[in-house]
Amino acid sequence: MNEKHISSQFDADLRGISALVLEMGGLAESQTAQAMYALTNFSVETADQVLVLEDRVNAMEVEIDLELQRIIAMRQPTAGDLRLLIAVTKASANLERVGDEAARIARTVRRLVTTGVSSRMRLPVSELVYGADLAIAQLRRALDSFARMDAEQAVEVLKHDDQIDREFDGLLRKLITYMMEDPRTISSCIDLVFVAKAIERIGDHGKNLAEAVIYVVKGTDVRHTSVAEVENVVR
Amino acid sequence: MNSLQASISGLQVALPAASKTSASTEPSGPVKLSATDVKVRYGSNEALHGVTVDIRCNEVVAFIGPSGCGKSTFLRCFNRMNDTVPSARVTGAIMLDGKDIYDPGVDVVLLRAQVGMVFQKPNPFPKSIFENVAYGPRLHGLASTRGQLDEIVESSLRRAGLWNEVKDRLDAPGTGLSGGQQQRLCIARAIAVSPDVILMDEPCSALDPIATGIIEELISELKANYTIIIVTHNMQQAARVAQRTAFFHLGNLVEVGPTTQIFMNPKQKQTEDYVTGRYG
Repeated sequence: MNEKHISSQFDADLRGISALVLEMGGLAESQTAQAMYALTNFSVETADQVLVLEDRVNAMEVEIDLELQRIIAMRQPTAGDLRLLIAVTKASANLERVGDEAARIARTVRRLVTTGVSSRMRLPVSELVYGADLAIAQLRRALDSFARMDAEQAVEVLKHDDQIDREFDGLLRKLITYMMEDPRTISSCIDLVFVAKAIERIGDHGKNLAEAVIYVVKGTDVRHTSVAEVENVVR
Repeated sequence: MNSLQASISGLQVALPAASKTSASTEPSGPVKLSATDVKVRYGSNEALHGVTVDIRCNEVVAFIGPSGCGKSTFLRCFNRMNDTVPSARVTGAIMLDGKDIYDPGVDVVLLRAQVGMVFQKPNPFPKSIFENVAYGPRLHGLASTRGQLDEIVESSLRRAGLWNEVKDRLDAPGTGLSGGQQQRLCIARAIAVSPDVILMDEPCSALDPIATGIIEELISELKANYTIIIVTHNMQQAARVAQRTAFFHLGNLVEVGPTTQIFMNPKQKQTEDYVTGRYG
């Protein structure tokens, strides 16, 4: 996929749209990291920055899809080029959803702070940090694999997906214990459950991106197959 | 059990059986033409290096590849048109319905009726529309009465999608038609002698997009009754009309497979490079 088309403009188009995906990925990663910072520090200011980024991420999804349509109409891409463009459309959809999840976290932070909840009680937000770091690492690994079209690195993302699911389950148990110990925290702990779910979803979107990379490189759709089967495909 | 549980337990969900994509199915009809290790030399230059491929009944196969790759040379083997080139030597075996077309006992004129050909530049005879189509059947004795000849001409022109446009001027010269109409007249001419196979060598290269579209639509209809091999340098045309596509490069058959596979996930890197426009 590194070799040039006869049409240098076609090459430029494909490089351009891949760059847009990576830029969008960077924004989504940033949003997530900032949302977690906002949560652990109860910072409304940072939460607002996340919501500003949200607009940019949404605009990029529209821009990427428009460019995609143009390339498909003008170039009638086939084989690897076509698979790349299909992966681009999946990437932009998944990254936009990452943005949505990060925005959800930010809005929760705003609510917890502006209603005074966060100053009235001790909320176990630090329990969520480890899971969030895992999810952000997954996203970064997936975006790296997209940048380099590296199927092996993409498989690593799939292998780590279970870890995030287990972390979420553990978090749920901790929050239930918290709620049982102090029923006054129930309402805000439920908010935190939704935050934990958002983090888990971000990890899932990273996984979807990795599956798209394997599709581009190997020509095989590995969605809904086991990790062992995917490793066979990539080997 | 509450009413919700009752309705769920009563629900029967039929899941669709997983279907194989068309990209993975191989054609299954009987073999019409087969080529085994076919080589063609022009003088001392070997232009085609040992091609082996089967063409099945009622399929459309496209030969694609860059200029000079041997696709037209190979096409011309199937009706022995290479015999007309003094320096050409063909080796290997080509079978039509299991019989060797290069067997000394084969009547080449009859072969060329059975395996018809349509060329890049429409080449109607300098005769009337009617005579263009009637010439072949008359020559081969396919009609014993004027009535039968009329029927053959009409049916051929109908099958070529031209009848309605020319039925009121069958005596007009064939060369007076538009490019697209002339090409359909040539197709009618080929059909009139009841071929089994129609070879098409870049039949739309000289035509505008609308005429091209009409001919491509015609090819889709014709495959019900004929086996068609089409050489084309327009890859999207191959994608539109052919069930299988064969990619040639420098005299070699690099890859042959279902058209969807060639264009979605080709096995050979050379094929991928060509269909994506990285050739060169």
